[in-house]
Amino acid sequence: MNAERFAAQFPGVQWDAATSSWIVPHEILLDVANFLKTDPEFRMEMLSNVTGVDRLPAKVKTKGEDGKETEHERPGYLEVVYHFYSVSRKQGPLVLRCRTEGRETPILPSITPLFRSAEFQEREIFDLFGIVFSGHPDLRRILMWDEFEDFPMRKDYVEPDDYEWEPTPHDAVLVKARRRQVADSAPPRHDA
Amino acid sequence: MTPDAPPSGAPAESLYGPRSYRVWGDDALAGQFLEVSMGPHHPSTHGVFRMDVVLDGETVVRLKPVFGYLHRNHEKLAEGMSWLGSMPYTDRLDYLCSMTNNWAYALAVEKLAGLGVPERAEYIRVIVGELTRLVNHICLAGFLLADLGALGTPLLYAFREREKILDVFEEISGARMMCNYMRFGGVRADLSPEVLQKIARIVDRFPAFLDEFERLVSGNEILLSRCQGVGVLPRDLAVNAGVTGPMLRASGVDYDLRKVDRYGIYDRFEFRVPLGEHGDVYDRYMLRILEMRESISILRQALAQMPEKGEILHPQAKLRNFRPKPGEAYGRIEGPKGELGFYLISDGGVCPYRYRVRPPSFINLTVLEDMCLGQKVADVIVIFGSVDIVLGEADR
Repeated sequence: MNAERFAAQFPGVQWDAATSSWIVPHEILLDVANFLKTDPEFRMEMLSNVTGVDRLPAKVKTKGEDGKETEHERPGYLEVVYHFYSVSRKQGPLVLRCRTEGRETPILPSITPLFRSAEFQEREIFDLFGIVFSGHPDLRRILMWDEFEDFPMRKDYVEPDDYEWEPTPHDAVLVKARRRQVADSAPPRHDA
Repeated sequence: MTPDAPPSGAPAESLYGPRSYRVWGDDALAGQFLEVSMGPHHPSTHGVFRMDVVLDGETVVRLKPVFGYLHRNHEKLAEGMSWLGSMPYTDRLDYLCSMTNNWAYALAVEKLAGLGVPERAEYIRVIVGELTRLVNHICLAGFLLADLGALGTPLLYAFREREKILDVFEEISGARMMCNYMRFGGVRADLSPEVLQKIARIVDRFPAFLDEFERLVSGNEILLSRCQGVGVLPRDLAVNAGVTGPMLRASGVDYDLRKVDRYGIYDRFEFRVPLGEHGDVYDRYMLRILEMRESISILRQALAQMPEKGEILHPQAKLRNFRPKPGEAYGRIEGPKGELGFYLISDGGVCPYRYRVRPPSFINLTVLEDMCLGQKVADVIVIFGSVDIVLGEADR
């Protein structure tokens, strides 16, 4: 695989040696994927694995030019990792990572129009990590139920204790039950 | 297409909750389309899986798979326990093939930690892995025939052979299905000469069973007419949709990870990779029969080449307080159902920072709708059966 040519073709793409992967800005993700799929030297026709990673805000240390270590706050982000393989040339993996801006309203372009294999996997990431894939033909929850509200694979996810809610005569449960009863008195949803 | 009000006279809701079907369409199409909810308790869904099928007469015009009935967020659970702690839990992914699940996870962790595997342990892994392939493929053949209406007999013939292999698994690991047999850097228990003899006997007798099974069903007229030309999966779509394993090879794509990645010691064995021509259900069935014959050949070679004595666990393998250095790895094997991969990120702690299973059962279902469109509703069962999924893995 010609890494130099790849890097020259897309100057925005950055090699990350620690994870042996390319960090791709989301603006050019589809161009990069299309290049990998069609270029005769790469021919990465199979997108094998698509998955999300959650990175919370953290303090990182960097060494300045004067050799002093400075600590600064790194904002949190969500990241989607793509593993490409070439079936015809039997090579790979080529790993791309695409990061969102922040964790509040994470939006990334959907790669499903190019690779059908991402269809269910992007839905799974949307379901469990809450990344919205713009351009996905059918973006719905896939593993959790449709009424579920949070994103369970996020690192700061807190499990609610009323999945299978049943009123039992205890103080905290009664308070919660009252809240639930107010919600239940709202007109029921009739989803098609 | 939007759902319309029910026709006058029909009850708006049945006694037992919302109706499971409704009539679609505007005036011109009134009554033409019927939406049927197949599953989740349909016996042919091999677990709890639902298909939302829209029918025009008997022909499928839309099919949406519905997942999640068996979801327990395996990945989140694994991120909360030690690296080795989720090894027994991988058994529960694809509960027919716990050995290969263990292997894929162990392979990914070994890649992450830079851990080697002793030679004898590699041979043991190949032997139990190929036995698992036999179990999976013969079960699939039996279940597929049961889906076709051959209730009982072929499945029981298949299960009779499976029992013999499960007896071996029980003897070496203590459990028939949930084996929890592999460890990072090797396997948990050695194979005694008696067990090896038992395996050799199974391997010797298996081809005769396959011949018998094939004589019984492979040329059966009903099987041919129900399977040939049904559920065709084109080659390009199969690659683009990430379909792997026997499904991909039945569409004529030569991609077997045992040959491509040569993980473990698969470069030491000679075997052929069967390929389909038409990509229909019959090709998928025959391909599995042919793969079993190749697995037998691999097993014979492995039993002959296996060193008499040797370590089964790498000396540097740590069972307790195992902390791989920070980094990430993607390890994959050719599981019986397709490419089973584990993507792991370590932050140097006792638990994985990110633990991801690439489930072949789940991703192979991406093309279910494409294969079923335009087919009869009865064929949906057959096509679905030929995909070979286990919901424990699809839903995780």
